[in-house]
Amino acid sequence: MLKTLIKQKSFEKKSTLLDHSHCIVVRNVNKSFGQKHVLKDIQLEIPYGHIYGLLGPSGCGKTTLVKIIAGISEATSGKAYVLGQAMPQLSLMNKIGYMAQSDALYDSLTGGENLEFFGSIYGMRNAQRKERIEEVMGLVNLSEDIHKPVHAYSGGMKRRLSLAMAIMHHPPVLVLDEPTVGIDPLLRKSIWGEFRKLSAQGITILVTTHVMDEADKCDNLAMMRDGRLIAKGTSRELQERIGAQNLEEAFIYYGGQQNES
Amino acid sequence: MRVKALTIRILNQLRHDQRTLALMLLAPIILLTFVYFILGDAVPKVNVAIVNAPAGFEDKLEEQNIRSMRCGENEARHALAKGEAIASISIEGGKSFIEVDGSNPTKAKVALAGLEQAKASFMLSRPDLKSEINYVYGQEDLPTFDNFGATLIGFIIFFFVFLVSGISFLQERTTGTLEKMLSTPIRRWEIVVGYVLGFGVFTVLQSILVSWYCVYVLKVMMIGSFALILLITLLSAMISLTLGILMSTLANNEFQMIQFIPIIIVPQVFFSGLFDIPYGAMIIGYTMPLYYIGDALTKVMIKGSGFGDIAWDLIIMLAYSILFIILNTRLLKKYRRI
Repeated sequence: MLKTLIKQKSFEKKSTLLDHSHCIVVRNVNKSFGQKHVLKDIQLEIPYGHIYGLLGPSGCGKTTLVKIIAGISEATSGKAYVLGQAMPQLSLMNKIGYMAQSDALYDSLTGGENLEFFGSIYGMRNAQRKERIEEVMGLVNLSEDIHKPVHAYSGGMKRRLSLAMAIMHHPPVLVLDEPTVGIDPLLRKSIWGEFRKLSAQGITILVTTHVMDEADKCDNLAMMRDGRLIAKGTSRELQERIGAQNLEEAFIYYGGQQNES
Repeated sequence: MRVKALTIRILNQLRHDQRTLALMLLAPIILLTFVYFILGDAVPKVNVAIVNAPAGFEDKLEEQNIRSMRCGENEARHALAKGEAIASISIEGGKSFIEVDGSNPTKAKVALAGLEQAKASFMLSRPDLKSEINYVYGQEDLPTFDNFGATLIGFIIFFFVFLVSGISFLQERTTGTLEKMLSTPIRRWEIVVGYVLGFGVFTVLQSILVSWYCVYVLKVMMIGSFALILLITLLSAMISLTLGILMSTLANNEFQMIQFIPIIIVPQVFFSGLFDIPYGAMIIGYTMPLYYIGDALTKVMIKGSGFGDIAWDLIIMLAYSILFIILNTRLLKKYRRI
């Protein structure tokens, strides 16, 4: 923890940003694809070491937003900052672990070879890479399947391998787009346990989801609908503010309010 | 480092994908063998009709492995028409008049060579008098496997590399792995160069195999240097590799990639030197990479040209590759600006 704090400080020194207490900051972000306005004036601050949930139905712009944060895409206007620096930036790519919504895996390669490839792209040394592959495959329960080709993996196994790929290079920031889709409840629980451990180490995690019980596990939440952030806060805050019994109710309430305004 | 990682990954993918391996290595061999059988017999049996020739001429022809028969002029015409003889000869006053069926170029060549040999061994032949050769069917320069073979090596490598590299880059996009790669610190040019090296290493193998098979197994006429052939085939592989990646960015799925074959590949075949193209139309050919590949290969294999003679072809081929690499790096901007 102390180590991460020191790390944080050093980032702050380099930073050119006003806000130093947040790991991820999104300022006035708009994104259009042609005529289609998919992100509307998004403001977001994610503190260091938090698990931050981005909740919303499919097609609401979650993926577009996280891609901008991960530096793959760029905002039409506004900026996203990670670790105090404006994205996209190649030097920052090493510090972000990104897991896409679809499993981006090389089917003909084995799980180990997939990790091997991304590990060396991230500049990990041979011995370090080998050790880390064993480690992350253990974390996602795939130790037995390192040498199996990915096309022989089940959907859930592929999802886990994608997760292993995202955390492979020890990134201080994780951007995970629906990481637990297609994973059984037991394993989902263990993966969330893993997220908790990572967050305790000071790693900041941004997770998108459309499953309410998963959103409940996040430190902070932002609800999205039709390209807008409609509510922000902890799960409890969001419910108490409107006297809702559960998160689902709150989500429906905020969504309805959005439609009226 | 990152380029090396990508190169190794591509080689690993190819290693695991036996079907693609077979397509790249065996299909060219099979295709070339088919064309070889279509265009050229291994040891053609040739019949020649003798209308008028000194006694003993038949025996001389027999030494050349040519069967002959004596007959009248009309009979000879008839035999030519029915395909019973490939040529007829009539020697008058030391000058020979030869009529030859050029529709089977290989047999025609054997017959003509045999006739000249046989004639030369006679005292009364006059070497100063050139034989008058008349092509009844076909024409003198109808291509044979020798002419075809050279260009064909280039074309086959070009075609298969185009297809395989284009589709594998396309899959990188459609499966989302390109996006995943772009979430890492890899640079755009490193992706393109990694691809070129990965497939490059593999196409060295393919080039060696295909060229070796043509030269040493099919015994295509080859009087130039084998090293030069390898250099040319490698450059062809590089052009088609970079062109394949370039075209794949315009395709949304594998089927659309296949649609580029009639648009990009087939027209190049027409202008690659396999066919006689009127000069005006050849201007189009000069814009096509396969023209330079075919030209260089033909020069080295059939004319025995050295490096200096094909330098211009090589420079243009290299320029094409570099142009395509730059365009690819530019086009990747569509996916990530930096």
